[in-house]
Amino acid sequence: MAEAPKTQEFWRWPETNWVNPDIDWKKGKLITSGVDVGSVSTQAVIMVDAEFYAFGNTRTGSDSPNSAIKGMDYALEKSDLKLENIDYCIGTGYGRVNVPMAQQSITEISCHARGANYMYGPEVRTVMDMGGQDCKAINIDDRGKVLNFMMNDKCAAGTGRGMEVFADLIHVPVWEIGPRSLQVPKEPPMISSTCVVFAKSEVVGLLEQGVPESEIMAAYCSAMAHRIMELLNRLGVKEKFVITGGIAKNEGVVKRLEKELGIKTAEQIWYKKEYTDRGYPFDTQLAGAMGAAIFGNTLLKMGKAKSARKA
Amino acid sequence: MIVAGIDVGGKNVHIVIKKDGQILGKGASPTGIKKAEAVEQLYDDILKKAGLTRKDVERVVATGSAAKRVTFATGFIPDAVADARGVIKLFPKARTVIDVGAEEGRSIKISPEGKVLDFAINEKCAAGTGTFVEAMSRALEVSVEEMSKIALDSTKSISMNAQCAVFGESEVVSLIHQKVSKPDIARAVMNATAGRVGSVARIVGLEKDVVMVGGMAKNLGFIDSLKKNLEMDVVVPEDPDYMGALGSAEAAIAGVTTEGV
Repeated sequence: MAEAPKTQEFWRWPETNWVNPDIDWKKGKLITSGVDVGSVSTQAVIMVDAEFYAFGNTRTGSDSPNSAIKGMDYALEKSDLKLENIDYCIGTGYGRVNVPMAQQSITEISCHARGANYMYGPEVRTVMDMGGQDCKAINIDDRGKVLNFMMNDKCAAGTGRGMEVFADLIHVPVWEIGPRSLQVPKEPPMISSTCVVFAKSEVVGLLEQGVPESEIMAAYCSAMAHRIMELLNRLGVKEKFVITGGIAKNEGVVKRLEKELGIKTAEQIWYKKEYTDRGYPFDTQLAGAMGAAIFGNTLLKMGKAKSARKA
Repeated sequence: MIVAGIDVGGKNVHIVIKKDGQILGKGASPTGIKKAEAVEQLYDDILKKAGLTRKDVERVVATGSAAKRVTFATGFIPDAVADARGVIKLFPKARTVIDVGAEEGRSIKISPEGKVLDFAINEKCAAGTGTFVEAMSRALEVSVEEMSKIALDSTKSISMNAQCAVFGESEVVSLIHQKVSKPDIARAVMNATAGRVGSVARIVGLEKDVVMVGGMAKNLGFIDSLKKNLEMDVVVPEDPDYMGALGSAEAAIAGVTTEGV
Protein backbone atom coordinates (compact mmCIF):
# COMPACT_ATOMS: atom_id res chain seq x y z
CA MET A 1 0.00 0.00 0.00
CA ALA A 2 1.23 3.48 -0.83
CA GLU A 3 2.49 5.74 1.90
CA ALA A 4 -0.16 7.77 3.68
CA PRO A 5 -0.40 11.30 2.34
CA LYS A 6 0.73 13.96 4.77
CA THR A 7 -2.19 16.30 4.27
CA GLN A 8 -4.92 17.16 6.72
CA GLU A 9 -7.58 15.49 4.59
CA PHE A 10 -8.49 12.62 6.85
CA TRP A 11 -10.94 11.06 4.40
CA ARG A 12 -8.20 10.70 1.77
CA TRP A 13 -7.25 7.05 1.35
CA PRO A 14 -4.17 5.90 -0.59
CA GLU A 15 -4.41 4.88 -4.26
CA THR A 16 -3.01 1.48 -5.28
CA ASN A 17 -2.09 -0.50 -8.40
CA TRP A 18 -0.62 -3.93 -9.16
CA VAL A 19 0.40 -6.16 -12.04
CA ASN A 20 0.42 -9.97 -11.87
CA PRO A 21 4.03 -11.26 -12.15
CA ASP A 22 2.82 -14.76 -13.13
CA ILE A 23 1.09 -13.75 -16.37
CA ASP A 24 2.65 -12.82 -19.70
CA TRP A 25 -0.07 -10.88 -21.49
CA LYS A 26 1.59 -11.45 -24.86
CA LYS A 27 0.70 -15.14 -24.59
CA GLY A 28 -2.94 -14.38 -23.89
CA LYS A 29 -5.72 -14.63 -26.46
CA LEU A 30 -8.35 -12.29 -25.07
CA ILE A 31 -7.44 -9.22 -23.06
CA THR A 32 -10.45 -7.58 -21.48
CA SER A 33 -10.90 -4.78 -19.02
CA GLY A 34 -13.53 -3.34 -16.73
CA VAL A 35 -13.67 0.23 -15.48
CA ASP A 36 -15.85 0.93 -12.45
CA VAL A 37 -16.38 4.67 -12.05
CA GLY A 38 -17.94 5.15 -8.64
CA SER A 39 -18.89 8.35 -6.89
CA VAL A 40 -15.81 8.26 -4.68
CA SER A 41 -13.36 5.80 -6.27
CA THR A 42 -12.58 4.45 -9.74
CA GLN A 43 -11.09 1.03 -10.46
CA ALA A 44 -9.75 -0.40 -13.70
CA VAL A 45 -9.11 -4.16 -13.90
CA ILE A 46 -7.38 -5.92 -16.78
CA MET A 47 -7.79 -9.65 -17.36
CA VAL A 48 -5.90 -11.96 -19.67
CA ASP A 49 -8.10 -14.90 -20.72
CA ALA A 50 -10.30 -14.29 -17.68
CA GLU A 51 -7.29 -14.38 -15.32
CA PHE A 52 -6.61 -11.39 -13.06
CA TYR A 53 -3.72 -9.47 -14.65
CA ALA A 54 -3.62 -5.87 -13.35
CA PHE A 55 -5.58 -3.19 -11.59
CA GLY A 56 -5.52 0.48 -10.64
CA ASN A 57 -7.61 1.91 -7.80
CA THR A 58 -7.86 5.71 -7.80
CA ARG A 59 -10.04 8.48 -6.45
CA THR A 60 -12.83 9.72 -8.71
CA GLY A 61 -12.30 13.30 -9.82
CA SER A 62 -14.83 15.93 -10.76
CA ASP A 63 -15.76 14.27 -14.07
CA SER A 64 -16.28 10.64 -15.03
CA PRO A 65 -14.33 10.44 -18.36
CA ASN A 66 -11.11 11.78 -16.85
CA SER A 67 -11.49 9.58 -13.80
CA ALA A 68 -11.86 6.53 -16.05
CA ILE A 69 -8.74 7.49 -18.04
CA LYS A 70 -6.78 8.09 -14.84
CA GLY A 71 -7.84 4.71 -13.44
CA MET A 72 -6.90 2.88 -16.64
CA ASP A 73 -3.52 4.65 -16.94
CA TYR A 74 -2.77 3.69 -13.36
CA ALA A 75 -3.67 0.04 -14.03
CA LEU A 76 -1.35 0.00 -17.08
CA GLU A 77 1.47 1.86 -15.29
CA LYS A 78 3.48 -1.18 -14.18
CA SER A 79 3.00 -3.19 -17.39
CA ASP A 80 4.14 -2.80 -20.99
CA LEU A 81 0.57 -3.53 -22.05
CA LYS A 82 -1.03 -0.61 -23.89
CA LEU A 83 -4.66 0.44 -24.14
CA GLU A 84 -4.52 -0.48 -27.86
CA ASN A 85 -3.78 -4.10 -26.92
CA ILE A 86 -7.05 -4.50 -25.05
CA ASP A 87 -9.75 -6.43 -26.91
CA TYR A 88 -12.79 -5.21 -25.06
CA CYS A 89 -13.60 -2.78 -22.28
CA ILE A 90 -16.81 -2.52 -20.27
CA GLY A 91 -17.78 0.45 -18.11
CA THR A 92 -19.71 0.04 -14.89
CA GLY A 93 -20.62 2.01 -11.75
CA TYR A 94 -22.28 5.36 -11.25
CA GLY A 95 -20.33 6.92 -14.18
CA ARG A 96 -20.50 3.87 -16.49
CA VAL A 97 -21.94 5.72 -19.50
CA ASN A 98 -19.00 8.14 -19.39
CA VAL A 99 -16.10 5.71 -19.83
CA PRO A 100 -14.39 6.84 -23.07
CA MET A 101 -12.44 3.60 -23.74
CA ALA A 102 -15.43 1.32 -23.11
CA GLN A 103 -17.33 -0.46 -25.88
CA GLN A 104 -20.40 -0.89 -23.68
CA SER A 105 -21.68 -0.53 -20.13
CA ILE A 106 -23.26 -2.97 -17.66
CA THR A 107 -24.90 -2.06 -14.33
CA GLU A 108 -22.76 -2.31 -11.22
CA ILE A 109 -25.17 -4.74 -9.55
CA SER A 110 -24.52 -7.37 -12.24
CA CYS A 111 -20.80 -6.64 -12.28
CA HIS A 112 -20.41 -6.82 -8.51
CA ALA A 113 -22.24 -10.14 -8.43
CA ARG A 114 -20.07 -11.58 -11.21
CA GLY A 115 -16.88 -10.15 -9.71
CA ALA A 116 -17.63 -11.47 -6.21
CA ASN A 117 -18.31 -14.92 -7.70
CA TYR A 118 -14.81 -14.85 -9.22
CA MET A 119 -12.98 -13.24 -6.29
CA TYR A 120 -14.56 -15.25 -3.48
CA GLY A 121 -15.59 -18.43 -5.25
CA PRO A 122 -18.85 -19.91 -6.64
CA GLU A 123 -20.16 -20.76 -3.14
CA VAL A 124 -20.93 -17.08 -2.49
CA ARG A 125 -24.67 -16.45 -2.11
CA THR A 126 -24.89 -12.97 -0.58
CA VAL A 127 -22.74 -9.98 -1.56
CA MET A 128 -22.87 -6.78 0.44
CA ASP A 129 -21.34 -4.02 -1.64
CA MET A 130 -20.54 -0.97 0.42
CA GLY A 131 -19.77 1.87 -1.91
CA GLY A 132 -19.01 5.53 -1.53
CA GLN A 133 -22.55 6.80 -1.94
CA ASP A 134 -24.72 3.73 -1.79
CA CYS A 135 -24.87 0.21 -0.47
CA LYS A 136 -26.41 -2.86 -2.00
CA ALA A 137 -27.17 -6.29 -0.66
CA ILE A 138 -27.24 -8.82 -3.52
CA ASN A 139 -28.24 -12.49 -3.52
CA ILE A 140 -26.51 -14.48 -6.27
CA ASP A 141 -26.36 -18.00 -7.65
CA ASP A 142 -23.35 -20.24 -8.24
CA ARG A 143 -22.65 -18.60 -11.60
CA GLY A 144 -22.65 -15.10 -10.10
CA LYS A 145 -26.06 -14.22 -11.51
CA VAL A 146 -28.19 -11.73 -9.58
CA LEU A 147 -31.25 -13.34 -7.96
CA ASN A 148 -32.45 -10.40 -5.89
CA PHE A 149 -31.07 -7.21 -4.41
CA MET A 150 -31.82 -4.34 -2.01
CA MET A 151 -30.25 -0.97 -2.27
CA ASN A 152 -29.88 2.24 -0.29
CA ASP A 153 -28.85 5.15 -2.44
CA LYS A 154 -30.93 7.82 -0.75
CA CYS A 155 -29.16 8.20 2.57
CA ALA A 156 -25.48 8.65 3.48
CA ALA A 157 -25.82 6.53 6.65
CA GLY A 158 -24.04 3.23 6.07
CA THR A 159 -22.02 4.46 3.08
CA GLY A 160 -18.34 5.24 2.61
CA ARG A 161 -19.19 8.91 2.38
CA GLY A 162 -20.63 8.72 5.90
CA MET A 163 -17.35 7.25 7.14
CA GLU A 164 -15.33 9.96 5.37
CA VAL A 165 -17.43 12.70 6.99
CA PHE A 166 -16.76 11.05 10.36
CA ALA A 167 -12.99 10.79 9.71
CA ASP A 168 -12.83 14.48 8.89
CA LEU A 169 -14.84 15.35 11.98
CA ILE A 170 -12.67 13.49 14.48
CA HIS A 171 -9.39 14.12 12.62
CA VAL A 172 -8.39 10.48 12.26
CA PRO A 173 -7.27 9.03 8.89
CA VAL A 174 -10.09 6.91 7.52
CA TRP A 175 -8.05 3.67 7.36
CA GLU A 176 -7.13 3.95 11.07
CA ILE A 177 -10.73 4.10 12.26
CA GLY A 178 -11.36 0.34 12.01
CA PRO A 179 -8.32 -0.87 13.99
CA ARG A 180 -8.59 1.90 16.58
CA SER A 181 -12.30 1.26 17.09
CA LEU A 182 -11.40 -2.27 18.20
CA GLN A 183 -9.07 -1.01 20.94
CA VAL A 184 -11.85 -0.46 23.45
CA PRO A 185 -12.00 -2.23 26.81
CA LYS A 186 -15.78 -2.45 26.59
CA GLU A 187 -18.13 -1.98 23.62
CA PRO A 188 -19.84 1.42 24.07
CA PRO A 189 -23.49 2.01 23.04
CA MET A 190 -23.75 2.81 19.33
CA ILE A 191 -24.33 6.33 17.99
CA SER A 192 -28.10 6.67 18.22
CA SER A 193 -28.67 8.99 15.25
CA THR A 194 -29.26 7.35 11.90
CA CYS A 195 -28.73 10.53 9.88
CA VAL A 196 -25.06 11.40 9.28
CA VAL A 197 -25.77 15.08 9.91
CA PHE A 198 -27.35 14.37 13.30
CA ALA A 199 -24.64 11.81 14.09
CA LYS A 200 -22.10 14.62 13.61
CA SER A 201 -23.79 16.67 16.34
CA GLU A 202 -23.90 13.60 18.54
CA VAL A 203 -20.18 12.96 18.03
CA VAL A 204 -19.33 16.59 18.79
CA GLY A 205 -21.30 16.22 22.02
CA LEU A 206 -19.34 13.08 22.96
CA LEU A 207 -16.00 14.80 22.19
CA GLU A 208 -17.06 17.74 24.41
CA GLN A 209 -17.84 15.31 27.21
CA GLY A 210 -14.30 13.96 26.95
CA VAL A 211 -15.27 10.46 25.75
CA PRO A 212 -12.08 8.76 24.41
CA GLU A 213 -11.72 8.84 20.61
CA SER A 214 -11.47 5.06 20.31
CA GLU A 215 -14.83 4.70 22.05
CA ILE A 216 -16.45 7.21 19.71
CA MET A 217 -15.00 5.29 16.73
CA ALA A 218 -16.40 2.06 18.17
CA ALA A 219 -19.80 3.72 18.64
CA TYR A 220 -19.76 4.96 15.03
CA CYS A 221 -18.59 1.66 13.53
CA SER A 222 -21.27 -0.31 15.37
CA ALA A 223 -23.96 2.13 14.25
CA MET A 224 -22.81 1.60 10.67
CA ALA A 225 -22.76 -2.18 11.10
CA HIS A 226 -26.28 -2.02 12.50
CA ARG A 227 -27.47 0.09 9.60
CA ILE A 228 -26.09 -2.42 7.08
CA MET A 229 -27.66 -5.27 8.99
CA GLU A 230 -31.11 -3.74 8.60
CA LEU A 231 -30.67 -3.81 4.83
CA LEU A 232 -29.28 -7.36 4.87
CA ASN A 233 -32.12 -8.62 7.04
CA ARG A 234 -34.70 -7.30 4.61
CA LEU A 235 -33.05 -9.22 1.77
CA GLY A 236 -32.06 -12.31 3.75
CA VAL A 237 -28.42 -13.34 4.17
CA LYS A 238 -27.12 -16.67 2.91
CA GLU A 239 -23.65 -18.13 3.30
CA LYS A 240 -21.11 -17.74 1.91
CA PHE A 241 -21.43 -14.09 2.72
CA VAL A 242 -18.95 -11.47 1.47
CA ILE A 243 -18.52 -7.72 1.79
CA THR A 244 -17.06 -5.75 -1.11
CA GLY A 245 -16.32 -2.04 -1.53
CA GLY A 246 -14.32 0.37 0.56
CA ILE A 247 -16.03 -0.25 3.92
CA ALA A 248 -15.04 -3.93 3.65
CA LYS A 249 -11.53 -2.70 4.52
CA ASN A 250 -12.79 -1.32 7.84
CA GLU A 251 -12.46 -4.20 10.29
CA GLY A 252 -14.26 -2.16 12.94
CA VAL A 253 -17.42 -2.33 10.86
CA VAL A 254 -16.85 -5.84 9.45
CA LYS A 255 -16.15 -7.52 12.82
CA ARG A 256 -19.18 -5.89 14.43
CA LEU A 257 -21.39 -6.84 11.49
CA GLU A 258 -20.18 -10.45 11.66
CA LYS A 259 -21.00 -10.49 15.37
CA GLU A 260 -24.50 -9.08 14.87
CA LEU A 261 -25.25 -11.47 12.02
CA GLY A 262 -23.56 -14.46 13.64
CA ILE A 263 -21.94 -15.17 10.26
CA LYS A 264 -18.31 -14.86 9.23
CA THR A 265 -17.44 -13.17 5.97
CA ALA A 266 -15.72 -15.42 3.42
CA GLU A 267 -12.11 -14.87 2.35
CA GLN A 268 -10.96 -14.05 -1.15
CA ILE A 269 -9.51 -16.88 -3.20
CA TRP A 270 -6.16 -15.08 -3.15
CA TYR A 271 -6.10 -14.98 0.63
CA LYS A 272 -3.81 -17.99 0.75
CA LYS A 273 -0.12 -18.09 1.59
CA GLU A 274 0.90 -19.18 -1.90
CA TYR A 275 -0.66 -16.00 -3.30
CA THR A 276 0.11 -13.51 -0.53
CA ASP A 277 3.78 -14.54 -0.67
CA ARG A 278 3.85 -13.45 -4.28
CA GLY A 279 2.19 -10.12 -3.50
CA TYR A 280 -1.31 -10.87 -4.77
CA PRO A 281 -3.65 -8.10 -3.62
CA PHE A 282 -7.06 -8.73 -2.15
CA ASP A 283 -8.47 -5.29 -2.67
CA THR A 284 -12.18 -5.42 -1.80
CA GLN A 285 -12.97 -2.50 -4.08
CA LEU A 286 -12.26 -4.41 -7.29
CA ALA A 287 -15.37 -6.60 -7.60
CA GLY A 288 -17.26 -4.26 -9.95
CA ALA A 289 -14.40 -3.74 -12.39
CA MET A 290 -13.45 -7.43 -12.15
CA GLY A 291 -17.00 -8.48 -13.02
CA ALA A 292 -17.05 -6.09 -15.98
CA ALA A 293 -13.77 -7.53 -17.32
CA ILE A 294 -15.13 -11.09 -17.00
CA PHE A 295 -18.32 -10.11 -18.84
CA GLY A 296 -16.10 -8.77 -21.65
CA ASN A 297 -14.35 -12.11 -21.93
CA THR A 298 -17.66 -14.01 -21.95
CA LEU A 299 -19.21 -11.75 -24.59
CA LEU A 300 -16.20 -12.14 -26.90
CA LYS A 301 -16.11 -15.91 -26.46
CA MET A 302 -19.82 -16.24 -27.15
CA GLY A 303 -19.45 -14.08 -30.24
CA LYS A 304 -21.82 -11.47 -28.85
CA ALA A 305 -19.15 -8.79 -29.07
CA LYS A 306 -16.32 -8.02 -31.48
CA SER A 307 -12.73 -7.33 -30.47
CA ALA A 308 -11.88 -3.64 -30.61
CA ARG A 309 -8.14 -4.35 -30.41
CA LYS A 310 -6.04 -1.86 -32.35
CA ALA A 311 -2.57 -3.36 -31.91
CA MET B 1 -51.00 34.28 37.98
CA ILE B 2 -47.60 34.43 36.29
CA VAL B 3 -46.50 31.39 34.27
CA ALA B 4 -43.57 30.45 32.05
CA GLY B 5 -43.44 28.26 28.94
CA ILE B 6 -40.05 26.90 27.93
CA ASP B 7 -39.25 25.09 24.67
CA VAL B 8 -35.82 23.44 24.54
CA GLY B 9 -35.23 22.28 20.97
CA GLY B 10 -32.37 20.81 19.01
CA LYS B 11 -30.79 24.18 18.33
CA ASN B 12 -32.54 26.92 20.30
CA VAL B 13 -34.36 27.51 23.56
CA HIS B 14 -37.45 29.76 23.55
CA ILE B 15 -39.05 31.16 26.68
CA VAL B 16 -42.31 33.07 27.17
CA ILE B 17 -43.49 34.61 30.49
CA LYS B 18 -47.23 35.29 30.66
CA LYS B 19 -49.61 36.91 33.11
CA ASP B 20 -53.37 36.64 32.58
CA GLY B 21 -53.15 36.43 28.80
CA GLN B 22 -50.53 39.13 28.54
CA ILE B 23 -46.93 38.48 27.56
CA LEU B 24 -44.54 39.97 30.13
CA GLY B 25 -41.36 38.80 28.50
CA LYS B 26 -39.91 36.47 25.91
CA GLY B 27 -36.58 35.53 24.46
CA ALA B 28 -34.53 32.93 22.60
CA SER B 29 -30.93 31.74 22.62
CA PRO B 30 -28.90 28.86 21.15
CA THR B 31 -28.90 25.76 23.35
CA GLY B 32 -25.28 24.86 22.65
CA ILE B 33 -23.82 21.77 24.30
CA LYS B 34 -24.69 22.67 27.88
CA LYS B 35 -28.43 22.92 27.47
CA ALA B 36 -29.39 23.19 31.14
CA GLU B 37 -27.08 26.16 31.63
CA ALA B 38 -28.36 27.89 28.48
CA VAL B 39 -31.93 27.53 29.77
CA GLU B 40 -31.13 28.91 33.25
CA GLN B 41 -29.26 31.88 31.85
CA LEU B 42 -31.96 32.85 29.34
CA TYR B 43 -34.69 32.38 31.94
CA ASP B 44 -32.97 34.66 34.45
CA ASP B 45 -32.24 37.29 31.77
CA ILE B 46 -35.88 37.46 30.69
CA LEU B 47 -37.13 37.61 34.26
CA LYS B 48 -34.69 40.41 35.06
CA LYS B 49 -35.79 42.46 32.05
CA ALA B 50 -39.43 42.03 33.08
CA GLY B 51 -38.58 43.10 36.65
CA LEU B 52 -39.40 39.66 38.06
CA THR B 53 -37.70 36.96 40.08
CA ARG B 54 -38.11 33.19 39.92
CA LYS B 55 -40.37 33.32 42.98
CA ASP B 56 -42.95 35.39 41.08
CA VAL B 57 -43.52 32.58 38.60
CA GLU B 58 -46.12 30.16 39.84
CA ARG B 59 -45.93 27.46 37.17
CA VAL B 60 -43.33 26.50 34.59
CA VAL B 61 -44.17 24.05 31.79
CA ALA B 62 -41.40 22.74 29.54
CA THR B 63 -41.50 21.10 26.12
CA GLY B 64 -39.10 20.22 23.30
CA SER B 65 -36.63 17.41 22.67
CA ALA B 66 -34.55 18.43 25.71
CA ALA B 67 -37.44 19.53 27.97
CA LYS B 68 -36.06 17.48 30.88
CA ARG B 69 -33.11 19.88 31.09
CA VAL B 70 -35.49 22.41 32.64
CA THR B 71 -34.88 21.20 36.18
CA PHE B 72 -37.20 23.78 37.75
CA ALA B 73 -40.24 22.95 35.60
CA THR B 74 -43.51 22.08 37.33
CA GLY B 75 -44.84 20.29 34.26
CA PHE B 76 -43.72 18.68 31.01
CA ILE B 77 -45.70 18.26 27.80
CA PRO B 78 -44.78 16.77 24.40
CA ASP B 79 -44.07 19.17 21.52
CA ALA B 80 -47.22 18.16 19.68
CA VAL B 81 -49.38 19.11 22.69
CA ALA B 82 -47.61 22.45 23.09
CA ASP B 83 -48.07 23.22 19.39
CA ALA B 84 -51.76 22.29 19.50
CA ARG B 85 -52.47 24.37 22.60
CA GLY B 86 -50.58 27.39 21.31
CA VAL B 87 -52.06 27.31 17.81
CA ILE B 88 -55.72 26.85 18.82
CA LYS B 89 -55.45 29.85 21.15
CA LEU B 90 -54.35 32.11 18.28
CA PHE B 91 -56.21 30.40 15.41
CA PRO B 92 -59.47 28.78 16.53
CA LYS B 93 -60.09 27.57 12.95
CA ALA B 94 -56.78 25.68 12.72
CA ARG B 95 -57.10 21.89 12.21
CA THR B 96 -53.60 21.00 11.01
CA VAL B 97 -50.32 22.22 12.49
CA ILE B 98 -47.02 21.74 10.68
CA ASP B 99 -44.00 22.33 12.88
CA VAL B 100 -40.54 22.27 11.34
CA GLY B 101 -37.61 23.05 13.58
CA ALA B 102 -33.86 22.52 13.39
CA GLU B 103 -33.84 18.72 13.75
CA GLU B 104 -37.45 17.59 13.54
CA GLY B 105 -40.49 18.02 11.37
CA ARG B 106 -43.97 17.05 12.46
CA SER B 107 -47.53 17.38 11.34
CA ILE B 108 -50.37 17.40 13.88
CA LYS B 109 -54.09 16.99 13.38
CA ILE B 110 -56.00 18.91 16.06
CA SER B 111 -59.62 19.09 17.27
CA PRO B 112 -61.56 22.38 17.59
CA GLU B 113 -60.67 22.23 21.29
CA GLY B 114 -56.96 22.00 20.54
CA LYS B 115 -56.57 18.31 21.36
CA VAL B 116 -54.06 16.28 19.41
CA LEU B 117 -55.98 13.76 17.28
CA ASP B 118 -53.10 12.34 15.30
CA PHE B 119 -49.56 13.23 14.39
CA ALA B 120 -46.65 12.14 12.19
CA ILE B 121 -43.03 12.94 12.80
CA ASN B 122 -39.65 12.86 11.11
CA GLU B 123 -36.83 12.92 13.62
CA LYS B 124 -34.51 10.42 11.97
CA CYS B 125 -33.35 12.28 8.91
CA ALA B 126 -32.13 15.83 8.31
CA ALA B 127 -34.01 16.06 5.01
CA GLY B 128 -37.11 18.18 5.58
CA THR B 129 -35.66 20.01 8.60
CA GLY B 130 -33.95 23.32 9.24
CA THR B 131 -30.60 21.54 9.42
CA PHE B 132 -30.94 20.50 5.76
CA VAL B 133 -31.57 24.08 4.63
CA GLU B 134 -28.72 25.34 6.79
CA ALA B 135 -26.30 22.79 5.31
CA MET B 136 -27.33 23.78 1.78
CA SER B 137 -26.94 27.49 2.59
CA ARG B 138 -23.36 26.79 3.69
CA ALA B 139 -22.66 25.02 0.41
CA LEU B 140 -24.24 27.96 -1.43
CA GLU B 141 -22.25 30.44 0.69
CA VAL B 142 -25.23 32.60 1.61
CA SER B 143 -26.97 33.03 4.97
CA VAL B 144 -30.20 31.12 5.58
CA GLU B 145 -32.04 34.48 5.74
CA GLU B 146 -30.66 35.56 2.38
CA MET B 147 -31.36 32.16 0.89
CA SER B 148 -34.99 32.32 2.00
CA LYS B 149 -35.39 35.61 0.15
CA ILE B 150 -33.45 34.88 -3.06
CA ALA B 151 -35.44 31.65 -3.54
CA LEU B 152 -38.38 33.93 -4.41
CA ASP B 153 -36.35 35.49 -7.27
CA SER B 154 -35.86 32.16 -9.02
CA THR B 155 -36.77 32.20 -12.69
CA LYS B 156 -35.96 28.63 -13.65
CA SER B 157 -37.31 25.52 -12.02
CA ILE B 158 -34.74 22.81 -11.39
CA SER B 159 -35.05 19.83 -9.10
CA MET B 160 -32.60 18.26 -6.69
CA ASN B 161 -31.89 14.54 -6.97
CA ALA B 162 -30.44 14.16 -3.49
CA GLN B 163 -32.67 13.74 -0.48
CA CYS B 164 -29.82 13.24 1.96
CA ALA B 165 -28.19 16.38 3.37
CA VAL B 166 -24.72 14.88 2.90
CA PHE B 167 -25.33 14.13 -0.79
CA GLY B 168 -27.28 17.38 -1.16
CA GLU B 169 -24.21 19.44 -0.30
CA SER B 170 -22.25 17.79 -3.13
CA GLU B 171 -25.18 18.36 -5.47
CA VAL B 172 -25.42 22.06 -4.61
CA VAL B 173 -21.68 22.41 -5.25
CA SER B 174 -22.03 20.71 -8.62
CA LEU B 175 -25.01 22.95 -9.51
CA ILE B 176 -22.82 25.99 -8.71
CA HIS B 177 -20.15 24.55 -11.05
CA GLN B 178 -22.80 24.14 -13.74
CA LYS B 179 -23.42 27.90 -13.41
CA VAL B 180 -26.97 27.51 -12.16
CA SER B 181 -27.96 30.82 -10.51
CA LYS B 182 -28.08 31.06 -6.72
CA PRO B 183 -31.82 31.93 -6.65
CA ASP B 184 -32.60 28.84 -8.76
CA ILE B 185 -30.51 26.60 -6.48
CA ALA B 186 -32.12 28.18 -3.39
CA ARG B 187 -35.56 27.49 -4.86
CA ALA B 188 -34.61 23.88 -5.62
CA VAL B 189 -33.51 23.42 -1.99
CA MET B 190 -36.78 24.92 -0.69
CA ASN B 191 -38.83 22.77 -3.05
CA ALA B 192 -36.97 19.64 -1.92
CA THR B 193 -37.53 20.53 1.74
CA ALA B 194 -41.20 21.35 1.12
CA GLY B 195 -41.57 17.99 -0.64
CA ARG B 196 -40.34 16.14 2.43
CA VAL B 197 -42.40 18.24 4.85
CA GLY B 198 -45.44 17.84 2.59
CA SER B 199 -45.17 14.07 2.56
CA VAL B 200 -45.08 13.96 6.38
CA ALA B 201 -48.11 16.30 6.45
CA ARG B 202 -50.07 14.06 4.08
CA ILE B 203 -49.71 11.13 6.48
CA VAL B 204 -52.14 12.78 8.92
CA GLY B 205 -54.21 14.44 6.19
CA LEU B 206 -54.50 18.11 5.41
CA GLU B 207 -57.59 19.67 6.92
CA LYS B 208 -57.95 23.47 6.73
CA ASP B 209 -56.76 25.75 8.23
CA VAL B 210 -53.14 24.73 8.03
CA VAL B 211 -50.86 26.65 10.41
CA MET B 212 -47.10 26.46 10.04
CA VAL B 213 -44.90 26.99 13.12
CA GLY B 214 -41.29 26.41 14.15
CA GLY B 215 -38.14 28.13 12.96
CA MET B 216 -38.63 27.11 9.33
CA ALA B 217 -41.92 29.06 9.22
CA LYS B 218 -39.82 32.23 9.15
CA ASN B 219 -38.30 31.13 5.84
CA LEU B 220 -40.29 32.96 3.16
CA GLY B 221 -38.95 30.92 0.26
CA PHE B 222 -39.81 27.69 2.04
CA ILE B 223 -43.36 28.83 2.88
CA ASP B 224 -43.89 29.72 -0.79
CA SER B 225 -42.65 26.28 -1.86
CA LEU B 226 -44.79 24.57 0.78
CA LYS B 227 -47.98 26.36 -0.34
CA LYS B 228 -47.32 25.16 -3.89
CA ASN B 229 -46.54 21.64 -2.74
CA LEU B 230 -49.66 21.35 -0.58
CA GLU B 231 -51.79 23.29 -3.09
CA MET B 232 -53.43 25.21 -0.26
CA ASP B 233 -52.89 28.27 1.87
CA VAL B 234 -50.63 28.06 4.89
CA VAL B 235 -51.12 30.48 7.81
CA VAL B 236 -47.97 31.68 9.56
CA PRO B 237 -48.23 33.37 12.99
CA GLU B 238 -46.20 36.41 13.91
CA ASP B 239 -43.58 34.59 15.99
CA PRO B 240 -43.78 31.04 14.63
CA ASP B 241 -40.68 29.85 16.46
CA TYR B 242 -42.21 30.75 19.84
CA MET B 243 -45.24 28.48 19.41
CA GLY B 244 -43.86 25.65 21.58
CA ALA B 245 -43.13 28.10 24.41
CA LEU B 246 -46.50 29.83 24.00
CA GLY B 247 -48.37 26.54 24.06
CA SER B 248 -46.45 25.47 27.16
CA ALA B 249 -47.42 28.73 28.86
CA GLU B 250 -51.07 28.02 27.92
CA ALA B 251 -50.74 24.57 29.45
CA ALA B 252 -49.30 26.14 32.60
CA ILE B 253 -52.28 28.49 32.85
CA ALA B 254 -54.59 25.48 32.48
CA GLY B 255 -52.73 23.78 35.33
CA VAL B 256 -51.35 20.93 33.22
CA THR B 257 -48.39 19.09 34.74
CA THR B 258 -48.25 16.22 32.29
CA GLU B 259 -50.16 15.32 29.17
CA GLY B 260 -49.70 12.51 26.68
CA VAL B 261 -50.84 12.34 23.09
